[in-house]
Amino acid sequence: MELRILAAPREQQALLDLPWDMPLEQWPEWYLVALPRGISRHVVRFTRLGRNVYALKEIVKPFADREYQMLRDLARLDVPAVQAVGVVSGREAPDGSTLDSVLVTRHLQFSLPYRALFARMMRRDTVDRLIDALVVLIARLHLTGFYWGDCSLSNTLFRRDAGAFAAYLVDAETGELHNALSDGQRAHDLDTARTNIAGEMMDLLAAGQLDESVDPIAVSDQVVERYEALWIELTEWEAFDVNERWRIARRVDRLNELGFDVDELDIVTDIGGRTIRVQPKVVDPGHHSRRLLRLTGIDAQENQARRLLNDLDTYAAVTEQQGEDEEIVANAWVLDSYEPVLRAIPRDLRGKLEGPEIFHEVLEHRWYLSENLGHDVGLEEAARDYVDTVLRHKPDELAILGGTSAEADTTQPFRITWNDLQ
Amino acid sequence: MATVTFDKATRIYPGTDKPAVDALDLAIEDGEFLVLVGPSGCGKSTSLRMLAGLEEVDGGAIRIGDRDVTHMPPKDRDIAMVFQNYALYPHMSVADNMGFALKIAGTPKDEIRRRVADAAKLLDLSEYLDRKPKALSGGQRQRVAMGRAIVREPQVFLMDEPLSNLDAKLRVSTRTQIASLQRRLGITTVYVTHDQVEAMTMGDRVAVLNAGLLQQVDSPLGLYDKPANVFVAGFIGSPAMNIATFDIKDGRAVLGDADVAIPASISSKVAAEGSNTVVLGFRPEALLPASAEEQGGIPVLVDVVEELGSDAYVYGRPAGPAAEEQADRLRSDQVIARVEPRNAPQKGDKINFAIRPGSEHFFSVKTGERLEP
Ligand SMILES: Nc1ncnc2c1ncn2[C@@H]1O[C@H](COP(=O)(O)OP(=O)(O)OP(=O)(O)O)[C@@H](O)[C@H]1O
Ligand SMILES: Nc1ncnc2c1ncn2[C@@H]1O[C@H](COP(=O)(O)OP(=O)(O)OP(=O)(O)O)[C@@H](O)[C@H]1O
Ligand SMILES: [Mg+2]
Ligand SMILES: [Mg+2]
Repeated sequence: MELRILAAPREQQALLDLPWDMPLEQWPEWYLVALPRGISRHVVRFTRLGRNVYALKEIVKPFADREYQMLRDLARLDVPAVQAVGVVSGREAPDGSTLDSVLVTRHLQFSLPYRALFARMMRRDTVDRLIDALVVLIARLHLTGFYWGDCSLSNTLFRRDAGAFAAYLVDAETGELHNALSDGQRAHDLDTARTNIAGEMMDLLAAGQLDESVDPIAVSDQVVERYEALWIELTEWEAFDVNERWRIARRVDRLNELGFDVDELDIVTDIGGRTIRVQPKVVDPGHHSRRLLRLTGIDAQENQARRLLNDLDTYAAVTEQQGEDEEIVANAWVLDSYEPVLRAIPRDLRGKLEGPEIFHEVLEHRWYLSENLGHDVGLEEAARDYVDTVLRHKPDELAILGGTSAEADTTQPFRITWNDLQ
Repeated sequence: MATVTFDKATRIYPGTDKPAVDALDLAIEDGEFLVLVGPSGCGKSTSLRMLAGLEEVDGGAIRIGDRDVTHMPPKDRDIAMVFQNYALYPHMSVADNMGFALKIAGTPKDEIRRRVADAAKLLDLSEYLDRKPKALSGGQRQRVAMGRAIVREPQVFLMDEPLSNLDAKLRVSTRTQIASLQRRLGITTVYVTHDQVEAMTMGDRVAVLNAGLLQQVDSPLGLYDKPANVFVAGFIGSPAMNIATFDIKDGRAVLGDADVAIPASISSKVAAEGSNTVVLGFRPEALLPASAEEQGGIPVLVDVVEELGSDAYVYGRPAGPAAEEQADRLRSDQVIARVEPRNAPQKGDKINFAIRPGSEHFFSVKTGERLEP
């Protein structure tokens, strides 16, 4: 059989040098980067090629091809998911036996598997924020017609997002894309999520990595409740009296607040003309991040963007530029506030956190400092103090390192192969 | 335990006018292992998902036991989709790995303990209940994962191509495992596959679907021996049945140089249809080398001989002056015959085959339906 690497030309070249004639499990350590992973059935390893880290998953060819295509489709639909790079098939060991294909994805920078987040004891409110992020991801997927089939914390990656988290889909193996989902499909996804999350929490509790005050079952029930509430806000018809037309604007505001833009709204007035009914038709997630990108060119996650936009508003007020053209003020804010803070971060510490996240933390830090000192501290001073007292002591999250690959068990506790069935 | 009934169940996907599943009538017995099989796009996954509650039902009804579940949310149906997610949790005991989903469902503690113990007994895991999964062999871990579905004691197990992520060798051994476990459990199971060999080796009964329509449901042997129509005849069996359209002349089926005696009752049934042609099918093992004194036969030019040790298969094409016409009226592009491996012919040989009497299959040219002599 012929080795076949399906990928963009640039990455094809880099991938060519890997030892494809060896089962992934036996790759020598020097090819690998030891990063924490969620629980998985397949062998998953990370490797660094040039400046990038890639995730490699060994899986039968039809599944590799399918997941590759699915991840490409999701990227096209602008869903937060890991990025597919290619499929390596036709692998053969020197003794002529065939090896499974490998799905290659780009390692999601700054991402944290939930197990890494829990490595230090996890508190109640962290759990809540993780759940919130996951719920938004599920609702987003469902809005685009994606049925996940295996929603779990293990199949999700988290990025810090201004004190909260943003969730990314990592495992699309069981996913299906439809025009729209039936209620049954959504309910089943939620039910799977609920079971998996409870199981994952119970496991952490058994491992002593979860605060005793967290109740796995209550947490998993929360997933369902929050999802239902969000789904209603996103899709439900709302009826009110003609005189209460302001409620249309309020609905739009609420959706913006949740991070969604309303691109189309269906409004129906009944025959008497007394009641109006409204339903969001096309909602687009990323309200704040899109606005920030448009104004400043800064690419940030939703909560980070919300935070930065708030700071931009404050800046406009303090500098008395509220009447000015938005873009002009935004440009001034980037030059006066954002860039000086990022410039104050020594180069070797920049891999610790993403730029917008650092800016968010500096804002927080300034608040604490000012509070302690009893007077307003300038942004640049806050940044300097933040670097020395906080940032320097954080783990590197660009690609957090969790031991060596020799300890595969600690990063990949377990997997079952069907071979073992014999 | 329960029966499952599809009662004229229909699914029409939005934006399409042809039903993906068209008035499916299927009664599955309590404890039965029923396999849905058919080519890609025939509607088997859609049928399963309608039962699971993942696809809406546009017409007809679906019942589990006496309960009408047609519009019931998935989790109220008391079904379990098996092998979708069998992650095991490393810090939890085997018992907790098996029972945690019951805890979520609010099942009382004693009840959970009882069900876990029962399932463990079935799966030969009783002595491992207090261990961590890490201390188990791979096979035992696999059984713990199965235990997770079993303790729910669902009324129905659903499986959609559960073996599709395995290589060919593993598929074969795993399907025996699943089938034997199902028989021990006695839980009604609906299993979807596109692989007719898998269907035939696993199912108590097999339902063959094509283009959204149920073609036949029967035991594997029933399907093999008495396919209800040309589609089933061609779909079931490996290597496939030879099928061709023959002319009826003087009580014989004739196609070019091929010439086969047929029962008088078939001739008259065909005549009653107002036709003078019939679809004739014969399995590779129904062909015998014809003796010299026999009248007629099916002349075949050998292209390839496949030696399998216990059997050998001849892959050939119609021979003789009218070969072209014969090839046109053959459903497949070759004629396949099973022969004695010890005196298998050579490539290029011409052999005259006869059909073992009574093993012919006749189908109406008009309707494709089976004609019984
Ligand atoms: N591109 C990536 N970036 C970062 N982490 C990744 C990436 N791909 C995989 N991982 C990590 O590897 C783990 C396993 O990957 P994945 O879930 O795709 O495997 P799987 O065997 O299909 O899992 P499952 O048992 O749920 O089917 C994930 O939980 C994640 O932590
Ligand atoms: N969500 C959908 N929307 C529209 N058409 C669909 C949808 N899902 C399936 N179909 C169509 O319905 C028919 C039956 O599909 P189904 O998936 O049930 O077939 P299948 O027998 O399981 O095929 P396969 O073996 O390829 O999975 C096909 O023609 C398919 O294209
Ligand atoms: Mg996974
Ligand atoms: Mg997977």
